[in-house]
This record gives sequence, C-alpha cells and structure tokens, in this order.
Amino acid sequence: MVLVYAESPKGKFKKSAFEAVTYGHKTAQVLGTECVALTLGDAEDAGQLGKYGASKVVSVSDAALNNFDSQVHTAVIAGAAAAVGANVVIVSHSANGKSLLGRLAAKMDAGSVSAAKEVPTNDGAFKVKTNVFSGKAIATYQIDSDNKVLSLMGNAIQPEEVGGAVAVEALSVAVPASRITIKEVKTVDGTVPLPEAELVVSAGRGMKGPENWGIIEDLAETLGATTACSRPVADTGWRPHHEHVGQTGVAVRPNLYIAAGISGAIQHLAGVNSSKVIVVINKDPEAPFFKAADYGVVGDLFEVVPALNQALKDYNAAN
Amino acid sequence: MKLLVCVSKTPETTAKISFSGDNTQFNEAGVQFIMNPYDEWYALVRALELKEKAGGSVTILNVGPKANDTVIRKGLAIGADNAVRIDAEPKSSLFVAKQIAAHAKAEGYDMIFLGKETIDYNGSEVGAMVAELMDQPYISFATALEVDGNTATVTREIEGGEEVSSLDTPFVISASKGLAEQRIPNMRGIMMAKRKPLTVVEATGATDLATVASYELPPAKSAVKLIDPDNMAELVRLLHEEAKVI
Repeated sequence: MVLVYAESPKGKFKKSAFEAVTYGHKTAQVLGTECVALTLGDAEDAGQLGKYGASKVVSVSDAALNNFDSQVHTAVIAGAAAAVGANVVIVSHSANGKSLLGRLAAKMDAGSVSAAKEVPTNDGAFKVKTNVFSGKAIATYQIDSDNKVLSLMGNAIQPEEVGGAVAVEALSVAVPASRITIKEVKTVDGTVPLPEAELVVSAGRGMKGPENWGIIEDLAETLGATTACSRPVADTGWRPHHEHVGQTGVAVRPNLYIAAGISGAIQHLAGVNSSKVIVVINKDPEAPFFKAADYGVVGDLFEVVPALNQALKDYNAAN
Repeated sequence: MKLLVCVSKTPETTAKISFSGDNTQFNEAGVQFIMNPYDEWYALVRALELKEKAGGSVTILNVGPKANDTVIRKGLAIGADNAVRIDAEPKSSLFVAKQIAAHAKAEGYDMIFLGKETIDYNGSEVGAMVAELMDQPYISFATALEVDGNTATVTREIEGGEEVSSLDTPFVISASKGLAEQRIPNMRGIMMAKRKPLTVVEATGATDLATVASYELPPAKSAVKLIDPDNMAELVRLLHEEAKVI
C-alpha cells in the first residue's frame, strides 16, 4: 500500500497535494497496489483527493495538527502508515515536507529519495530519479529496503483526474504533544510563493536601481507571475531576500522563467535550471545566461520588458 | 552550551560535474572540494557566536574518509574547539544520520547544527533524520536563532514567509542564509587549528538502504532562439504556441 500525505495549509489543498496524490496513484500502479491519501488537521473537501487516484482518504483531524511540528506530524504519519498497512509513504517536497521526509525515513528505517522527479520503476529493483548537484545532473536511486519514503519535487508531474471523489474515513492515531511553541507566522498573501510558482519574472543588476522595478511588477501582474531577483540585488537590499533565486537562495522550477538584466552566473543558474522554459532579456549578447535560455532577446530591458508586457496584453485582448 | 556542528565536504559551486565507472561514480578528477557552504557560513558561524556569548564548546563532526580532514581543519581554523571524524564512506543519508546520532547520544549536546542542505545531493534529509533518531524537535531552514538559558527563539523559512517559534534545548537545527555571516579564517586560527584535537572514530554498523545506481547529465539545451527586440508579439506567440507555457 502507498500512503500519500496531502498537505492542507489553512485547511485547503494546494496544487502540490494533487500532484502528490497523482504521483502516489502512479507509484501504486507500478507496485501493483493501491494508494491511500492522508490528511492531517483541517482539510476542506478531502474526498476530492479520490479524483487524483486515491482509493480512499483517511483523516486525522486533531486541531493540534494545524500547527506544523515535524516530530508530531512524523509520529502521526508513521502511525497512519501502520494503520493502513502502507510501506511506501509519499510527501510533497515543500518546506514542511522536506523535514518530514528525513524523519519518516529514520522512524520507519526506510530508504528515501528526496525531490523525486519521475514515477518510480520497479523492474527487479525499485528505482527513482532526482536532480543532484543543483540540477547539473540527475541521479537514479535504488531503494533496497521494504519501507520506502519519497518526497515529490513540485511541478515535476501534473495532477491528473482519473476518478471521482471518495469517502473520507476518520483515523484514530495518537497525536503526541508538541515541544515547539509557534509564536508568529508571517506570510505574504496574494502571491504564489516562489518555490511553487509556475510563472516567474526575475530581474538583476541590469535594472540599475530598486526604483525601476515597476516594469517588472507590471509584467508579472499581466502574466500572473511571481517576482524574483538575483543575489546581488537581494544583497544590496533592492529587493527582499525571499525573492533571491540561486544556489544559496530559493530554487525555482516554474514552467516559464523570464530573466531580465541577469548575466547568469553559475550560482544563479543552479537555482533556475529546473525551469521548463527560460527567456533571457539582456543587452549583452555574450551574457552566459543565453546559453541556458530557450528564447533570448538581445536588447535594452527598459524597452523590451514594457514591449513584452504590451504584447502580452494585446494577445490576451485578442484571445 | 555544548554544541555540535555537522559538516559535509562538497565540490565547489563552479565544479564541472562528470561521472566515471559507467556513470556510477562522481568523477573527482580536477574537482576542488570545500566545506558545504550552508554548514560553514551559517551553521558553524552561528554556533560559534552562541559559544562566544554564553560559553561552552563547539565540536565539528564529519562522516567521511581521511581526505576530509582538510575541510575539518578549516572548521577548526574558523573557531571550532575540537573535531570528530567518523571514518566511513558516506553513501546514503540515513547511514550518515545514524553515525551522527550514535556519537551525539553518547555526548549529549544542547544543540546540533547542520546546513539546510548540501550543495551536491541537495537532499535536506540528514538533519531531520538525526532529530528523529535522537527523539528531538527539529527546526529546519532557520534564518535566526537566539538563546536565553535553555530556551531558544527561532525563525524558520516556510512557504511564502517565515515562522517564529520557541523551544527548549536539546534540539536539531538546519541553517539557511541569514542565520549568520560568513567568517574567513585568519592566520592565527589556521595555526591554532593544527593543534586542536581531531578524533577519528570507527563507524557503527548500518546498511545503506537507498543508494545511487547511476548518474546522467541533463539533456543538452538546444541553442537559444533569438527574438528581435522590436517583435515581442513573436515571443508571445512562441510562448503560447511552441513552448505552450502560457
């Protein structure tokens, strides 16, 4: 049996939860078994996880689980796995999922693979692929233990509807007391966080100063994209640190990454090379970023970015 | 306070990545190795700052072969008091975590620090594993840590923001950018590092449950398609019709 933990922050599933259930369903097919989805704490309309291939949904609705503590969540997920007889557990490779992966592997004495990017294969050995060396290579891991724990890289597979809603079964699992007291949660509302963003508009030192960011924000708004920046821009305080994309910042994997005025240092590329399509706008035709780009525009970003924004608006108006 | 900082050895950020032995091994030829930046710049330095303020000791721990001693000595040069190397080839995250936990259980540290991930395997697993094996709380991706007595206040990165929480020692914490500022070892530190104790211990028996069967390089990017800057409508058309990303 495959158990998928479907995260429901503030009681609602995000796309990553549907990706995880789709992945769990496909993994279960490879193993010739079924996929059960697990929700913890508040989870609105949990039965909809059946649409993505969960044969049933089990739920531990203790309100204490609305606060995240990897130790508590691990105990409950492992307890749920034992209760439903699952030896494969799948979580999203989210901020919280990353700390569950390791804990679950240790608790279940399981082989684990972080940020799996493809459905596993099971021809004689259980194998699954993940990016390593910050996306500069791909490793195929082999798991030899009976228990297995995987985290699924965001945007690696798309949610697929394969059925209808299913029944939600309340599961009774002991919830240990947390040793962490959460004092404050600060989130920026209204924008998709960078690690989950499907569309990203990013800019670098070519912007010349923070006062010029209006054209980037306008383009992002037209696209419904999240804004990002290069390291020097964050380090000089032009933009907040959480926008810094690169080796020591956030790694993104959007469908579309538009980079304006970023030369493309190897450390920046390490954060973006899982993007499906990269558009680079730079006045320097020798900028290394063009080598990693799918589409390039050699030109002055102060003219190209507003022109691109207008072209997008024209397209949207005509279609 | 008795603090442990777990450090890894990784290829430096601009290293050329290639493989040998029928794509089953990372090709180390010509590659320069460094201490994993998250371990060095943030985890180690914050531990040192806490020690400088409240007293105690900072121990560096590495699981690896003798070749890793250069990385360990750098940590001692930056300011750690002593070091332990568990003599084993680190092939899987759970194996490494079990080695760290076996050492830490015997020593009883107040806090165990690691970087948020290594820049080679990017798994972000070992800290969480150590915490589970120690039955301790785990704070991942910490950007701030203050300690008052045995109570810590920590800020960690979450999706789209940050979370501030408090907890008592002992616990395990993984360091993100912002937790501290990189320190460059000075000549005195480098000289002193040579005399600081580096203890080598045998690994405890543990099997590798998940190992790399093979590596591959990502498919080569096809050449960039250049668009006339005066024809952004063409770029929009390509993004819709060819790339199908918007």
